[in-house]
Order: sequence, then structure tokens, then C-alpha cells
Amino acid sequence: MKTHPRHLLPAASAALVLAAVLCPTALLRASEGPTEAKGPVLLPPAVAALPVEQAILTAPPHVPPSIKRKHAARVVVNLEVREVVMKIADNSEYTFWTYGGTVPGSFIRIREGDVVEFHLNNHPSSKVPHNIDLHAVTGPGGGAASTFTAPGHSSQFTFRALNAGLYVYHCATAPVPMHIGNGMYGLILVEPKDGLPPVDKEFYVMQGDFYTTGGYGEPGLQSFDTPKSIDERPTYVLFNGAVGSLVGDKALTARVGETVRLYVGNGGPNLVSSFHVIGEIFDKVWTEGGTRFAQENVQTTLIPAGGSAIVDFRVDVPGTYVLVDHSLSRAFNKGALGMLKATGAEDRVIYSGKEIDAVYFGAQAEEGSEAARREAELKAKIDAEMRANPAIADLTLGVQLQRGKQVYMQTCFACHLPDGKGIPAVFPPLAGSDYLLADRERAIRTVIKGLSGPITVNGATYNNVMTPLGDVLNDQQVADVLTYVYNSWGNKGDAFTADQVKAVRSQRN
Amino acid sequence: MNRAVRLRRLLAASALLTVLGPAVGRGADAAEFSTALIPAGTYTPLLRSVKDAPAVSVAAFRLDVRPVTNAEFLEFVRAHPKWRRSQVSPLFADAHYLSHWAGDLELGPRALPDAPVVRVSWFAARAYAAAQGKRLPSTAEWELAAAAGYTRPDGRNDEALNRDLYAWIARPTPEIVPSVSGAKPNFHGVRGLHGLVWEWVEDFNTAMVTGESRGDAGLDRDLFCGAAAAGAKETNDYAAYMRVALRSSLKAVNTTSSLGFRCAQDLP
Repeated sequence: MKTHPRHLLPAASAALVLAAVLCPTALLRASEGPTEAKGPVLLPPAVAALPVEQAILTAPPHVPPSIKRKHAARVVVNLEVREVVMKIADNSEYTFWTYGGTVPGSFIRIREGDVVEFHLNNHPSSKVPHNIDLHAVTGPGGGAASTFTAPGHSSQFTFRALNAGLYVYHCATAPVPMHIGNGMYGLILVEPKDGLPPVDKEFYVMQGDFYTTGGYGEPGLQSFDTPKSIDERPTYVLFNGAVGSLVGDKALTARVGETVRLYVGNGGPNLVSSFHVIGEIFDKVWTEGGTRFAQENVQTTLIPAGGSAIVDFRVDVPGTYVLVDHSLSRAFNKGALGMLKATGAEDRVIYSGKEIDAVYFGAQAEEGSEAARREAELKAKIDAEMRANPAIADLTLGVQLQRGKQVYMQTCFACHLPDGKGIPAVFPPLAGSDYLLADRERAIRTVIKGLSGPITVNGATYNNVMTPLGDVLNDQQVADVLTYVYNSWGNKGDAFTADQVKAVRSQRN
Repeated sequence: MNRAVRLRRLLAASALLTVLGPAVGRGADAAEFSTALIPAGTYTPLLRSVKDAPAVSVAAFRLDVRPVTNAEFLEFVRAHPKWRRSQVSPLFADAHYLSHWAGDLELGPRALPDAPVVRVSWFAARAYAAAQGKRLPSTAEWELAAAAGYTRPDGRNDEALNRDLYAWIARPTPEIVPSVSGAKPNFHGVRGLHGLVWEWVEDFNTAMVTGESRGDAGLDRDLFCGAAAAGAKETNDYAAYMRVALRSSLKAVNTTSSLGFRCAQDLP
């Protein structure tokens, strides 16, 4: 055995190897050493005296019932790791590595202050070792090193749930992106001591990205694709581990008038989710799974990889609501789509449904046709309403002034100067100009067609040339810049409209 | 614990195992056909601390061309009753030891005679090797032999090999482990290093002889640097990570449904 002693790595490397295997968390917090069992923790009498209960674990999209007790307990959690072949898409299968046989793994619900005796059981048929890093755990690796478990073995560790919140758990065995990419994640809810506000329905939805050698929907048993995973180019982005897991008769359901709560997690391993329910507004969002609802009336909430969010909304209108990652290629091309079907009475004031379907020609409408007449009528009505409404009128004027100023500062200021005073005897002033303010139509014509020859402005004579700008500025820009000039440096006047400019432009001379 | 103490412990364990009986005889001719010469080379550990050499040189050795089969292991336990399922000491094999066999000396339908034997502990694998006058390969030896592709000595970019390897990883452990004959030989003529079963190595997990955890705490910085020093190429090799993870998770008494072994020999 000549070569042999050389390969006995020093203890340093042994610890290194183990810690690195449990990366990434353990890589950064590797103070917990090898997996040597230390024996059961000696519980102080007060803890030992707590009532013992078995945790109820549920498969997605179900959530265990809310915790009614008002005191801490010793909760026993038994989670089994199984490597199982399941459908990832209609004709496509994948070997998922699971906590409890599902992706995401079983939902665990405990209460702040509970002492949890956690058993991780790695099924004998497993090919590789696994462990669990629960983000709800305070301690190195979140339990990863303590639960590092060979196939056909079981590990036990105890933790106290010091912090309330909705936490992700995941496998932290190297190569971590592969273990997570194979579906090894789930959610553990640590209910605050005072509980969460009651709701009618609770659901469990978790996003994950998957990397398969075959393309999206390619039939057959697919293998994990390492280069795609490293490049973060997922084949699938899924809610609850399969295309269509929350669609059709598997859709989430609620009735109009009910309040729905979604516990939403994102396992990653790589992507951040822009979680959105089409047609709903989240009344409350506990962002990042924390214990205060940080925001109300949210359209899209960002869920980091390895993070979560709790969203509540009241269902007001019946119909189908589509859950998406609003990075929409993932919804459209990679499967990140689910459904919530709401039944109940319609309220057509909140949402009418389609009221009218009519042919629309827009600017293409033939002159003198019925469609063009309707179009013109509508436009006149809108204009009248906007004029009649001072708030809108002001707003419109403000916007026009802004745009007009831009035009002025590009095109006019060089001669008339930024303050509109012009240059004595060379370029006439615009500020307080009697010539300008006397004739609105002449002002438009001057901008479009230019001006040359002597004029008298405020008693002084100017004999110069102004270039025509009709080809440089469109009707709206001319209207905007004149509106600006008529309402700056002490000038006061009505806004110009594009129609007025158009009318002057079409004059013969 | 220093290196000498650890070495003594290992040697003590091996001494314990080698007294169990005389080697089962095998002809020298048979050895020529059933083993392959692995030329000397270097092995770059996947993970190492900054204090470790970046590469380990490995002397030439012979390696079994295939994992030990159920039939061969049956022959061994017949000759060595202490390693029969019903008689093995729980100190040397866990409760799953040979549990897929029909009986102590009967393979039954779930253990094909020419399939790799699985559900064997490191102790049992080592005892078997010793009985043949052989030994288990070291991690460096095993990885050196397994680094070959189907047609080239360096298999890192062997697409066919990688495809087969990841396809195997993507499938759950079959209820009945298939025959060794289906495994494709690599450049050295060795079959089934990838894609058949995982395999024990002599130094599978030095963590088993490591002291208590606080003693290792000072190594964190080395770990961090060591991990940082590892080349990008290494971190891409997910299969290698899985082998390291598996070895690290094991104790010498453990057995799993996809873990077998093969033997190695020094050159004369």
C-alpha cells in the first residue's frame, strides 16, 4: 500500500470537505463540525413539561389548519426525503428529489416559541445524501450539518422557533443548485404568538426553476442539465413543481366574498419571482415573509430566491384569476402559471364584463362615414369635458408648457434668448411683445412660414429674417411652443391647439 | 487528533478484519483479465485547504475492471460466516446489510448474480478485498481511474460519458441493480465507474477519525480560502461534488441500495 498514507487527508481537510459539502450556508458559517451525533438535548424542566404534539404536514397547495393553542409546545416533525419520478409537463418526466414526495415539500406549521424535534429521514432507495437548512432555525447552517443524512438513515435535531415568519427550507448538500433544482424546498410557517388575521381560505404556492437536458415539453425522462443551471437558463419555471399543477380541476378555488391568503415561496435555485395574480390586487402583503404586513394594495410582489411572501385578497368578482411570474416569458414559455377560480354572483358595477363590441376605424375611418362621424363626436365630447374640467385643463396646459419649453430651448432661444427679451435692434423680444400678442394667427404663421422685412415691436424697428420652422416642427410642437411663449415672462394667453396650427398651415399663402 | 493516531486506528481496524480468514484463492491469469493497469498520474482534489497540495501524484496500480458482484460476495460470505447477514456484528454493518438478498447464502430474485453487490459496509468491503489479497482503492486512485473518458484518458469533455453519467443520476435507484455486463468500458478498460453504482474507497471519509467539532472551528478561514482557490472547472463538476457529498455522509458501518465497491492492487 505504497500510495496509501498519502491519501489520508489531514483532519483540516476532512472538516473542510464536510463543510463545503453543506454549502453555501455552511461555507459561510462552518463552525458546526462533522455529523457526529451528540445525543439528545437535555431539555430544562419547563421545556420538557410542554405538551408534545405531532406536526400536521400537508402537500401543496394545502396548508395545515391555523394553530389555536395560546402556549408553546414541543412539536415533532417527521419529514421523509424521497427521490421520485413525476411528471414535469404533459409527456415529460423528471426525477424530483422531494421532502415528503411533493414539490414543493410538505408545508410545516408551528408557533413562535415552539421547541421542534426534527427528524429527517432519507429513504433507503435514495441515491445521494440529503440534509435540510430551515431558514426558521437560528444556528449554524439552519440545521444543515446536523441533518446531513446518508441514504437509508435518519437524523434528529432540536431547535426553538425564536422568530415568527414564513420561511423557506431547502436541501444544502453539494451541489446545492442541483438539489434545489431537483425540487428540494418547501415552506415552514412560524405563526406569531398572536396569530395571523383570520381568512376564509389558505393556499400554498411555491415557485422554482428547473433545468432539463431536453427543451420545454420534450417527452421522456429528462436529466438535470448542469451547464443550463450554472448559466441560469431554466427550461421550466413552475409553480408547485409541474406545468399545469394549478390549472383546470387542480386550480385553487374560492367563492366571491371570501378572503384568500396565499403563502408564496420561491425555492429558486436562481430566479427572483415577480409574483402577480392577474385581475386581483393584494389587499395586504407581508413582504419577504416577515411578520408585519408592510404594504396594502399591491399589484406585483417581488419574492427572492430562498424567500417568501404572504398575500391576502378578498375575492369580489367571479371568474378565473391567473397566477404568474410577471417576468412573462416564464409564464408564457416556461410554465409559471396557475389559476384561482372564483364562483359566486356577479357584481357588474365592480366589473361589468364586455359591454359593447363595435367596429373601430381610428384615423382610417372614411371621411363622411358613420364611423368618422362617431369618432368626431366622441373627440368633441372629450375636448368639451376636458375644457369644462379645470383640473384637467390645468394639467393639460402644464404638460403643454413643459413640452413647449423644450421646443423653445432647442429652436428659439438662440435668437430670442432664454428670457424672451431678444437682442435690441437685432432680434425682437417675445416677452411683453405687442406685435406677438396682437395677432395669434399671425404668430402661428410666423413660426411656420418665417418672416422677413421690417416690423415694429414695442415702438422699435427690426429688419431681419426669421427662418420658417414649418418643416422642423409638427403642428403639436408649434402649438406647444406658442403656448409656452404666450404664457411666459409675464405674457398671458390661451393655449394653442394643433388644430389651430393645422388650419393656418393649410392656408394658401 | 494527529495523523499518527488516526493512522493507528485505521490500521487497527484493518488488522481486525484481516485475521478473519485466509484469502480465497484466484488464479494469476484470472487477475490479468479481471483487472486493468491504471498508469501513474495526478489527481486534483475537488476540495482542499490552502495548506494541501493542489495535486496528488498517484503511483500506477491495478484496478478491478468491474465492481464486485453478488455471486463473488456470496462466495466470500460462504467462506467467512462472520460476514453473513444474520451473523455480522452491528459494529461492522448496519441493519440494511445485504437486505436485498433472499437469505444468508441465497441471492434470490432481487440480487442478480452478475450485478454489483450493494448494501455492503466499508468494513465488509475491506474484509472482502483483504481476503482476495487486495485492498480498496484510495479516493485519489479511484478518481484517477474514473477521470478517463470512453475513448480518451481525460474524460472531462467526453460528452457521451457525461450524458450517461447524468442520465444515471437522473434516474432513481432501480429495485434490482442491473448486471455489470451492461456497463461500457472506459479508456482503461474499466467498467461501471460511472453510471452503475457508487463505490466505497479506502479513505472515503476522513471525518470519521476527526475530533470533536470545536477543534475544527479554527479551520474556517482555510476552508473559505480553499474553496475560493478551487478553479471554476472544479465547481462545474456536479457529479464529483455528489461523490464527495456521498462519501462524507457515510460512516464505515453504513450500507445503501446503490453503494458497492471494487478492489485495487499495488503493482508487484
